[in-house]
Amino acid sequence: MSKLSRRQLITTGIAAAAGATGIVVAAKLAARFGLIPPDSGGVYGPGETLTYAAQRLLTRHSLAREFPINHISQKPFANEVDPLGEEFQRLQRGAFAEWRLVVDGLAARPASFSLAELKSFPQQSHVTMIQCEEGWSYIAEWTGVPLSHVLELAGALPQVRYVVYRSFQPDWWESIDMADALHPQTLLAMGMNGGELPVPFGGPLRLRVPRQLGYKSIKYITRLTLTDNLKAFGKGLGSAAPEAGYAWYAGL
Amino acid sequence: MIGEQICIVPAVSQISLAQPSRHWYNSAMPETPHLRHAFLVRVTHWVMAFAFLALLVSGLEIVASHPRFYWGEVGNVNTPTLFKIPVPSSRKMVPTGYGYVLPDQNGWSRYLHFQSAWVLVLTGLVYVVAGFFNGHFRRNLLPTRSDLSRKRLGLSIAQHLRFERPNAEEAWSYNVLQRLAYLLVVFVLFPIIIWTGLAMSPSFVSAFPSAVNILGGQQSARTLHFFLTWVLVLFLLVHIFMVILAGFLSRMRAIITGRAAETMERA
Repeated sequence: MSKLSRRQLITTGIAAAAGATGIVVAAKLAARFGLIPPDSGGVYGPGETLTYAAQRLLTRHSLAREFPINHISQKPFANEVDPLGEEFQRLQRGAFAEWRLVVDGLAARPASFSLAELKSFPQQSHVTMIQCEEGWSYIAEWTGVPLSHVLELAGALPQVRYVVYRSFQPDWWESIDMADALHPQTLLAMGMNGGELPVPFGGPLRLRVPRQLGYKSIKYITRLTLTDNLKAFGKGLGSAAPEAGYAWYAGL
Repeated sequence: MIGEQICIVPAVSQISLAQPSRHWYNSAMPETPHLRHAFLVRVTHWVMAFAFLALLVSGLEIVASHPRFYWGEVGNVNTPTLFKIPVPSSRKMVPTGYGYVLPDQNGWSRYLHFQSAWVLVLTGLVYVVAGFFNGHFRRNLLPTRSDLSRKRLGLSIAQHLRFERPNAEEAWSYNVLQRLAYLLVVFVLFPIIIWTGLAMSPSFVSAFPSAVNILGGQQSARTLHFFLTWVLVLFLLVHIFMVILAGFLSRMRAIITGRAAETMERA
């Protein structure tokens, strides 16, 4: 580049100062409006933050695409799961009558529900696509109780910002923000394609988050914890996914 | 200094008409030699070049986790493919015919892919907006009507097919095929590859469902995204080949420093 003129120096200086101020203000506003994901640190933090903030500004209330019944995949694919163990098999032999979903954390009425109780709540169904981060997908009809209904029953406190959910498999735990937790299509699914949710697909209880990739829809849900801060969970990155090197927000 | 251009008439008259206007996004200053590539073009070229390479490497890495392609909305190992790539996979549930499974690299690959996409899209926006304002597209990339005549086009194609070394004036201006290729990359291929990428996002298409519906489905978007990658790679290979043919050192100097070989004679 050629020699800088005084005008260029002044313009560059003003632009740099405006840019720096802009970034500080944007960061404060983003934190205030919940646009910063829990895995915003590190090398890929800027990209993740831009993605999550853009998605929250554009897609907070949007509905995942739903399909006609004849789009349901004839041969859905169940990704492999680690062996579920003796205790799971014992529960399965008892038709999961002893399966409990515990709801705790920032709740006015912490609770524990059986599957029969969950099935007695108003049920909803949607025919949606589940996409794996690997690239494959299938469409199925999912039936269950909206997560928002269970959060209401448990008396979620106003300061709740995230729902942490855990699997029967201790290595699997995830969390979603309230935009997804209260979203009308987010279901505690117990049925698939008109029947019981099969074990390979997450039965007896799977959280379906249809606006995100499959790894947010974890299988064998046993516990929901309502919180205003994800720092206390695991390594503080929001879920098991970032600890394994995967993005916490999986809408892309 | 500040008032120079406005108040002192002779200074203005020294600027040749062909010279681009003097502005923050164009470093061609009247008192310095005319530059082959403006500062902004050079910076955005290299930022986007590195972002593209990061997207390419991470994208191929992501493909390795499921090297099967489908058409329509859905596809998985239980459904027929449009085509398969004969490479091993990083997931053992994918039947590839290979007796081994590659290590799983999807986590950082996806993080890097989306971060690089942000860098490329934002830098590309700066380039495109500035290019419209400062006349870069009109002056440097839009072919003239006579360039587009069948005779001139035929001549240019013949010169390319003979791998002729470009003549001296091409050190200062793009030939017609170059102009058309760059316009195609900037205004057609990149917009479509960004679109097909976004069409794969379950969250993005929840807000903009037509982005995926008009492509015929999410797996179609993935397959098109993959094809477009190879079209852009083909462009990159031809681009590098032409740079070597035209004179690697002089062309690299022009896109890094802005100075072309003939700068001294022209100044």
